[in-house]
Amino acid sequence: MAVAIQCRDLRKTYDGKVEAVRGLNLQIETGECFGLLGPNGAGKTTTIEILEGLLEPTSGEVSIFGHTWREDAREMREWLGISLQETRLSEKLSVRETVELFASFYREPRSSDEVLEQLQLTEKADAWVGKLSGGQRQRLAVATALVCNPKILFLDEPTTGLDPQSRRQLWDIIREFQRNGGTVLLTTHYMDEAERLCDRLAIVDHGQIIAEGSPASLIERLGGHHVVEFAVDHKTTGSSDGAALDVWRALPSVESVREDDGMMALNVKEPHLTIPALLDAIGKQGSKLEHLTTRQASLEDVFVRLTGRHLREE
Amino acid sequence: MALAQQTPDTKLAAPGHRPLKRNGRWSGYLHLLGARMLELKREPEVVFWVFVFPLLLAVGLGIAFRNKPADASSVAIVTGAGAEEAQALLQRSPQHASFKVDAQDEQAARKGFRLGKYDLVIEPDGNGGLRYRYDPARPESVLAKAEVDSALQTAAGRKDMVATSVITSSEPGSRYIDFLIPGLLGMNLMNSGMWGVGFALVDMRQRKLLKRFVGTPMRRGDFLLALMSSRLVLMVIEIGLLLTLGVLVFHMKVLGSIFTILLVGTVGALAFGGVGLLTASRAQKIESVSGLMNLVMMPMWIFSGVFFSYERFPAVIQPLIKALPLTALNDALRASILEGTPLIRQWPRLLIMIVWGGVSFALALRWFRWT
Repeated sequence: MAVAIQCRDLRKTYDGKVEAVRGLNLQIETGECFGLLGPNGAGKTTTIEILEGLLEPTSGEVSIFGHTWREDAREMREWLGISLQETRLSEKLSVRETVELFASFYREPRSSDEVLEQLQLTEKADAWVGKLSGGQRQRLAVATALVCNPKILFLDEPTTGLDPQSRRQLWDIIREFQRNGGTVLLTTHYMDEAERLCDRLAIVDHGQIIAEGSPASLIERLGGHHVVEFAVDHKTTGSSDGAALDVWRALPSVESVREDDGMMALNVKEPHLTIPALLDAIGKQGSKLEHLTTRQASLEDVFVRLTGRHLREE
Repeated sequence: MALAQQTPDTKLAAPGHRPLKRNGRWSGYLHLLGARMLELKREPEVVFWVFVFPLLLAVGLGIAFRNKPADASSVAIVTGAGAEEAQALLQRSPQHASFKVDAQDEQAARKGFRLGKYDLVIEPDGNGGLRYRYDPARPESVLAKAEVDSALQTAAGRKDMVATSVITSSEPGSRYIDFLIPGLLGMNLMNSGMWGVGFALVDMRQRKLLKRFVGTPMRRGDFLLALMSSRLVLMVIEIGLLLTLGVLVFHMKVLGSIFTILLVGTVGALAFGGVGLLTASRAQKIESVSGLMNLVMMPMWIFSGVFFSYERFPAVIQPLIKALPLTALNDALRASILEGTPLIRQWPRLLIMIVWGGVSFALALRWFRWT
């Protein structure tokens, strides 16, 4: 497949002090849905806005289908559908008027009615933007991006603050766009969103990519597909230092161990081997088991493993 | 496949929808203008401040300063010895219709004078003489003193040495309302130009709508042009409404052609559109641009002769006052509306506005922040 978006050694420093992006490399293939995943302030928005040609990078190169912003900006804008984080569209215009306004900027836009129908906004076509719900507004923002018949869709946190049903509706729209051959770049701090939507993703932290690959391969890299979480009563917390951690690490099939908010979390390949041994070990220590769960490993675990922090921590 | 990749701009992965139409060169501009007009129409506050408020102001001030049949001075006479005689004298004078005399005790008379209810207080001194209490800084007080004195002296038998006669002149064209309406028009063009352009821009910047627009192939020039054009449409309505009010309610005579007046209005609206654009070129928050705009407009509200003639200010600052765009606009509007002065003789005023508008527009384009 051809390369849709490429950037090399991207850097952005605000006011000569704050380094928002520090040497970021990306290559996104045509037809791919690529996600930038990271906590707030990781540099996702800065990165996506540089790729969209809305911000000038301090250094580094960006190309979209081999074209650069310096040379072909106007032409490139015809190819991109953009939804920014928190754009407040004019409240006193109707949904259709808004979509038609955006359509008027492009040489060959799609029919507004068709886009409204695709985004299930036909019923609201004559309602003022000010009267829409959060989910409807977000769909309208995506409609203004899709009406230009884009080759690439840029979505900056498209589902932040939406209810589960609205999120799922948006996911369907994004998948449909991708099915028709479109390329998608989205940022998110939702793990489930990244896992479900993205073919590949890059985990961004402090302006750098700390891991990249398909969701499955990233979880694979974590070591185990399962996480066993447990807590023991406080008699033993005094010794939850290196020595105690070594006890858990020595259990069969355990790949890695971390302590998280009073709970121990083990990344495990085969829980049926680990759990009996774990119970034995706790019994030998004379401690009491207070909590035990097992679950599938998620990107959240990958992120915590890589950074020692949770995604949602500010 | 590998060959196709050599030409990066091939229509890749065309999504399954076929475009139904092709947009022309001016499609964006026309939609932007249309959207702007719709928004303005749907914003009740805009309709009020731009259209209704100036009319109310004109009606209010027009009534407050209307030319009363006889602009009667209001005089208090302090009760006591000699008061009745003085009052009788005044009643006998031929000019007695031009003032209204109240008999009051000293305290009430002074209080009324302080509050502006009375222009003059007559205090009999008890020995057949009278004392005038008046404020030399208040024109109506000075006038009342002169008139009352003259009336009293004539009624008491003074003979005038020179034969004089008067012709009254209160033709439409020289009244306060005639002065006021072009001034209000100028002020309104400034206010709505600054707010209509400046406020709208910062609002859109704050809402990140400007950034979103810049993310499309929209021509930036078209966007600014549409904003300016919407101002011109409003300008025509503003001028039409205020002049109609002047003509219908206050029987104002418009001497200049409507075309000339609209042309002056256009230059003025564009000049303030430019200043508004410059004021709003970098501000990120509504609060900061509001302050800036008041700072820019305040001197002009005071100095540019909206409500009273700027000739009252010291001669030293007259050149500065005349260099202000609102002064130029007000003067040009007054000359066109009240005197029918042709445009060609107004070129210095038009030039002042064009320079203000042009320079601010150029600077604004250089500094403008879209994001």
